[in-house]
Amino acid sequence: MATEFLTDAKTGDRRSLARTLSAIENRTLRLDEALAVLGPVPVPEDGNWQTLAITGAPGVGKSCLLDGLLTSWAKQGLRVAVLAVDPSSPRTGGALLGDRVRMTVVDDKELNQQIYLRSVATRKASGSVPVIVEDMTKVLLSLGWEKVVIETVGAGQSEVRCAALADRIVVVEGPARGDGIQAEKAGLLELADAVLVNKSDLPGAELHADEIRESFELGIGSTPPVALTSALHGTGIEDAATVLLSLPSSGRSVRARWRERLLAFHERKILESPKLDDLLHQLAKGSIDLNEAMSLIGAFTDE
Amino acid sequence: MSEPWRIVVAKPGLDGHDRGAKVVARALRDAGNEVIYTGLRRSAQQIVDTVRDEDARFLGLSSLSGAHQHLFPRVCDLLKQEGLNDVIVFGGGIIPVDDRDALFACGIRAIFGPGTPTSEILQFIEEAVQVENSGVGEASDWYWTSSA
Repeated sequence: MATEFLTDAKTGDRRSLARTLSAIENRTLRLDEALAVLGPVPVPEDGNWQTLAITGAPGVGKSCLLDGLLTSWAKQGLRVAVLAVDPSSPRTGGALLGDRVRMTVVDDKELNQQIYLRSVATRKASGSVPVIVEDMTKVLLSLGWEKVVIETVGAGQSEVRCAALADRIVVVEGPARGDGIQAEKAGLLELADAVLVNKSDLPGAELHADEIRESFELGIGSTPPVALTSALHGTGIEDAATVLLSLPSSGRSVRARWRERLLAFHERKILESPKLDDLLHQLAKGSIDLNEAMSLIGAFTDE
Repeated sequence: MSEPWRIVVAKPGLDGHDRGAKVVARALRDAGNEVIYTGLRRSAQQIVDTVRDEDARFLGLSSLSGAHQHLFPRVCDLLKQEGLNDVIVFGGGIIPVDDRDALFACGIRAIFGPGTPTSEILQFIEEAVQVENSGVGEASDWYWTSSA
């Protein structure tokens, strides 16, 4: 039964694509099973990215901005899939996924064949989001989507880890987000390959962009581009779309990013271990300690 | 733990009021579901595209404009055309009792009027997945008798 929607997904049927992603998300289908039918993930062209993370604080305008970028890329004939990651409530497990509200490109009859948008809740209770997002990304690439954009709020460990999976990271900032010292603080900006200061129509945007540029220039290595955009008025979007499409890796954050990926990989080994349930049971009973649990899982020794 | 249901909550047509839809979306979220809200003034095609791309199990339609007799059946027809027959559709808003039988005949499984407790909508969700063939394009003639 599983292979039925997989073969249909291969023919370009959107419903079957959606079902395949659900199966990956619900862990009823493993990535290797999916790729066995869909075919391998294509190798990226030299130096070009396949996956891009768009991240930043809530309310800076990520979704609106992405809508503008997608419109521009779709007009150039690119096929782009978006995974919009939103948090699940840690209390109830529910989620309100509202990114579609801002996405006008999926309503455009000319362009919406080239855009696939899927909302993903973090579902912290049932597994590891970065792992699921990584697998969904691979499914989309193997189905011929040329670029996959991961949109996520840049707060919280799992969201940062989602961003770290992507080939490039774009951080969206806004004006009035604190003084120059804020730009010096360690965090998401260190991982950025480009920064877009959105809401450039509001006062303070230029100043904030300058502060970020200054901060980058104090560091070692190449400085990521910092551009001003206004998603509301559409200014700077076309330029940003062009810059991002051929964005090189800044190379500044390679280690930090591999650190996140290694941690995600390690977490995956633990969460996917068939012994997990039994070990949690034993830990709760107090019959083993954490060190013993780790060695029993063999997270360090698996191939 | 079972996976949460994915539910699209949509506002078809020219209708600027979504407090009701937001209250329902919130109640569904707090019950542990993943709710995808479309925003205002969606066309039937846009709503069906969303249901398809998001692989939703349920679709909730809200209308307060009086155009439900045109818009709700249009959404149901498009769902069937696209082969999304197993999606369970429910509606709410200002929908006179006299209008409801025609909507049930299209495959809509519940209509909730003003004053319906949100707990009743959650009960409907639980029951509708148990009923066989309760999707919009499926054979059952079951529908929920609502309190308002």
